[in-house]
Amino acid sequence: MIQIEHLTKSFGQRRVVDDLSFSVERGEVLGFLGPNGAGKSTAMRMITGFLPASAGRIRIGGHDIADAPLAAKRLMGYLPESAASYPDMTVNGFLLFIAELRGLAGDAKKRAVHRVVERCFLDSVLYQSIETLSKGYRHRTCLAQSLIHDPEVLIMDEPTDGLDPNQKHEVRNLIREMGKTKAVIFSTHILEEVDAACTRAMIIDRGRMVANGTPASLKAMSQSAGRVTLQVTGPEVTAVQAACATLAEASAVEAVGGKVRVSPKDKTAGAALARALMELAAREHWQVAELHAEEGHLDEVFRKLTVSDTVRA
Amino acid sequence: MNTTAFHHIRAIAKRELGSFFGSPVAYVFLVIFLLLTGFFTFTVGAFFERGEAGLASFFTWHPWLYLVLVPAVGMRLWAEERRAGTLELLLTMPINPWEAIVAKFLASWIFLGIALLLTFPVVLTVNWLGSPDNGQIFAGYLGSFFLAGAYLAITSMTSALTRNQVVAFIVSVVLCLFLILAGFSPVTDMLTRWASPALIDTVAAFSVMTHFEGFQRGVVDSRDLLFFVSIIAFALFATATILRNRRAG
Repeated sequence: MIQIEHLTKSFGQRRVVDDLSFSVERGEVLGFLGPNGAGKSTAMRMITGFLPASAGRIRIGGHDIADAPLAAKRLMGYLPESAASYPDMTVNGFLLFIAELRGLAGDAKKRAVHRVVERCFLDSVLYQSIETLSKGYRHRTCLAQSLIHDPEVLIMDEPTDGLDPNQKHEVRNLIREMGKTKAVIFSTHILEEVDAACTRAMIIDRGRMVANGTPASLKAMSQSAGRVTLQVTGPEVTAVQAACATLAEASAVEAVGGKVRVSPKDKTAGAALARALMELAAREHWQVAELHAEEGHLDEVFRKLTVSDTVRA
Repeated sequence: MNTTAFHHIRAIAKRELGSFFGSPVAYVFLVIFLLLTGFFTFTVGAFFERGEAGLASFFTWHPWLYLVLVPAVGMRLWAEERRAGTLELLLTMPINPWEAIVAKFLASWIFLGIALLLTFPVVLTVNWLGSPDNGQIFAGYLGSFFLAGAYLAITSMTSALTRNQVVAFIVSVVLCLFLILAGFSPVTDMLTRWASPALIDTVAAFSVMTHFEGFQRGVVDSRDLLFFVSIIAFALFATATILRNRRAG
């Protein structure tokens, strides 16, 4: 549904987005990760046709955003970064206005507004003006706006920014549900959201793509991926450590505060290592108090691959 | 114009007008506009002392009144959308940018038209006192409406340049002032000392004063009408170009 080829954007001498290429199909949720100022918003603004690209191609459902902007925009719903809306309008008035711009009229318009109001839980504030709403409601109003024409492509710039934990949870559920039938891109710098909602994640730093894969494959890139922690009652830690070091699957064994941390030779074979340790414990008749394999931490990968602007300065 | 374009323009213009009348700006503007037109017509313009059944003292002041009041109405057109971030929302809708530009201009122009129509008591007064040439009065109103439109289009252009409404206001006032002064007699008199008459005529031809005068006399000249329409068209076209280039970064 979404095809991006060599997308580049420069503001003067500065390259904000540098040669991004990727595609998102229906049924996929792509998480856009990156530190602040990495070019996430700029990339999304180009995809939605607000900013023209300096170079590269963007096609939405086969329509080039530069050559056929209206056809491409019709397929897209967009939640801008600030969740902007007209503060002097009521929620109902605003949604009706957007529905009209989306080409809906009469009964279809009313049904569309009714549907998104229900979906985004806006019933109680329907006739309140937007400026009197709390941030959460304001955000949901703009979210409702992006869903009003039941778009095939959904682009959301930091959809959970500024929401409380309950609202974040709701929005993530919504994104996951939308992702079943639509092509979704959303940006975030909250790493747990990648696990909660994405089928695929992309990390960008200073405009460049530095990683692209399923959340699990990204996590496997971290130092701690596949590491198994073992704690046994009875024998000395040093004895356990020595025994673990004999395993073929283990590359390094360290003792940390009464526990033994075993790193695998092959990071993706954490499960095999855990199994070997279980067998070892059974042979040695150890009482196992704790045994767990780590999947790896996204934040480790994120820190390794990106440079935050505080460091850069 | 096809029907989708019409629907988009109607939706945006309706929203714009709704937001005007939903805020105190509209009412403050209407009251001030009516007070000032009354003051200038009857006190400064010496309506009664003239002893004429006409609205010359009413229309004479319009270029000066509009100089401040029209930029005040138009300054928020694009600056506010840019500041609030709704520009991003509006321009990612499946609409042509020119539809939004025309719609927002029309909404404000309609508002100015309403303000102008509310000056009807002055027409009733002059009709009650004497028997004026109502054709001439109508021409005056028409000219005044187009004059307001020209100022408004210029304000739309400057408003697209900035997210700061005050900057938009000041730049618009200066541009509109230039359009007045180009044909204002103290200025043209100053020019006669060194410039050729042809040059003076060219400069004066850019003045709204020159073109508004005809309407005041009751003459609806197609050239004057064309002048105002071209200013509006040019300024709206410039608005579109500015909006596009400002996005290009």
